[in-house]
Amino acid sequence: MIAVRSLAHRYGAAEALRLSEWKVAQGERWLVLGRSGSGKTTLLHVIAGLIRPTEGEVEVAGENLCRLEGARLDRWRATSVGIVLQALHLVKHLSVRDNLRLAQYLAKAPQDDKRIDDTLGALGVGAKSSRRPSELSQGEQQRVAIARAVVNRPKLVLADEPTANLDDAAAATVVELLTEQAGRQGATLVVATHDARVKGKFRERLEL
Amino acid sequence: MNLATLSASYLRARPLNTALSVLLLALGVATIVLLLLVVGQAEERMQRDARGIDLVVGAKGSPMQLMLAGIYHLDAPTGNIPLSSVAALAKNRMVKQAIPLALGDSWKSYRIVGAGKAYVDLYGAELREGRFHQKPMEAVLGAEVAARTGIGPGATFKGAHGLGSEPGDEHEGAYTVVGVLAKTGSVIDRLVLTPIESVWQVHEEHQGPQDDADRKALEEAREVTVVLVQYASPLAAATLLRQINSQSELQAASPAYETARLFSIVGVGIDALRGFAAVLILAAGLSVFIALYTALEERRYELAVMRTLGASPGKLFGLLIGEAFVLSLLGVILGLVLGHGLAAALGAWLESQQQYPVTGLEWRPEELWVAGIALGVGVIAALVPAWRAYRTDVSRTLAQG
Repeated sequence: MIAVRSLAHRYGAAEALRLSEWKVAQGERWLVLGRSGSGKTTLLHVIAGLIRPTEGEVEVAGENLCRLEGARLDRWRATSVGIVLQALHLVKHLSVRDNLRLAQYLAKAPQDDKRIDDTLGALGVGAKSSRRPSELSQGEQQRVAIARAVVNRPKLVLADEPTANLDDAAAATVVELLTEQAGRQGATLVVATHDARVKGKFRERLEL
Repeated sequence: MNLATLSASYLRARPLNTALSVLLLALGVATIVLLLLVVGQAEERMQRDARGIDLVVGAKGSPMQLMLAGIYHLDAPTGNIPLSSVAALAKNRMVKQAIPLALGDSWKSYRIVGAGKAYVDLYGAELREGRFHQKPMEAVLGAEVAARTGIGPGATFKGAHGLGSEPGDEHEGAYTVVGVLAKTGSVIDRLVLTPIESVWQVHEEHQGPQDDADRKALEEAREVTVVLVQYASPLAAATLLRQINSQSELQAASPAYETARLFSIVGVGIDALRGFAAVLILAAGLSVFIALYTALEERRYELAVMRTLGASPGKLFGLLIGEAFVLSLLGVILGLVLGHGLAAALGAWLESQQQYPVTGLEWRPEELWVAGIALGVGVIAALVPAWRAYRTDVSRTLAQG
């Protein structure tokens, strides 16, 4: 699913990430650990095709990302990867339902209300579909963000610090929902965190 | 969901900014549309009223005043000229037709014009009711006069001296309405027509009792106010005007030339208004630019997230252009409605003032240009913000927040 070889990325002269080899099989759940500044976010952005690494080979979901260009890379990302960000960044002026519909529209997938309702329902926020994000609690927004990441049935789900700023119970729920949603569609899950509370829930770990 | 609904949804979430941009653009477009309608209709109307009239001949004075009084019945006449000069003009080989008019009185601020059948034929006016006047003190009403005063054949009225809205002394003799003209859309709709003899008769009554010698003297002193002249051939244009103006007591004015001069004078004001409207449209463009540009800072996460969801940079570019387009389209539509509405309101007011009417229910091809330019300004204003959205550095933006 993911194959990384001799990867290095630098911002100017400063090295942000170095990783000689990392292999992830389809359906595995991985935790990427490290203190802040260790390159967790950079690694996630590299395998999401958001940045091109300075050096190395990256193959994700059957594509060599270093060879994908522009619009084809965007298209690949839309259909293959779902991303949950630490700051959830739901689109403020769109309702919950339209935030998910936006993901379908941008992926050029059919705009399927049933799929949207099913996904929101599975995450326990089905009743909030016509609300604006600002009318939701932090926990509910977190669920909507996860729903938006998985609504297009990606093969790979990435989460960057999904439990930061959450209390223990909420953090546990988020990890549970992420693994459950990834498992439900056989997607590979990679969670980047420095949150010690999460460690126990994952067997595969990558320390940066 | 598509680009249009996505753009509209964003604009709806910022009603104040949206309303400001839309309103500025609408005001600019409305001003220009109003100008187009009013100026265009006034020009057409003046051309229609002056059609078939090559020269206006009257007493010495301002040639523009002569034209305004003799053709458009808007100003006071420059004075009277002897009746004998009409015959002299009619005999001139360069003149095809000379139509004398006698002005001076009014009724309910509609002008009473002493004129023969030739004047009615000049505007192609047909009778709607009754017959043409044959004897002195018979009157034929223009369509608008009849409609506004509500009288028809058989009614009588007394003319007042003078032309303004404030009537002077009422004359003794009463006119009898014998006919009403059908609507022509020209100046004749607003006139009361009577034989020239009526005008003489009404004014000679002032002179009191007369013997035969007095009467003869009065008849010799009979005058008309203006003569409308049609050239016999285009060649006459070169010489007739100069020939008449070289005589001591007559003055000739060319409606084509005087109208052009009038519009060149009024044109300064029109150009100023047009410039003002252009400033409004540019200000609207600026407001679109500022609204979209300043919002970029706040929206950078939103835009970056769209990239993570698979939007290409081109999609974000299109999104901002789409927002500007929706704003401009709303502004243009509102502006067109507003412009036509104002023209209609102005028309209703002018009609109540017995002035040249203006209609808002008319479409001018130039409006398409105005709409196109306004849309263009809005979209061009979005180019820089759209380019910045295009260049969004997703990874760096997301790493910050």
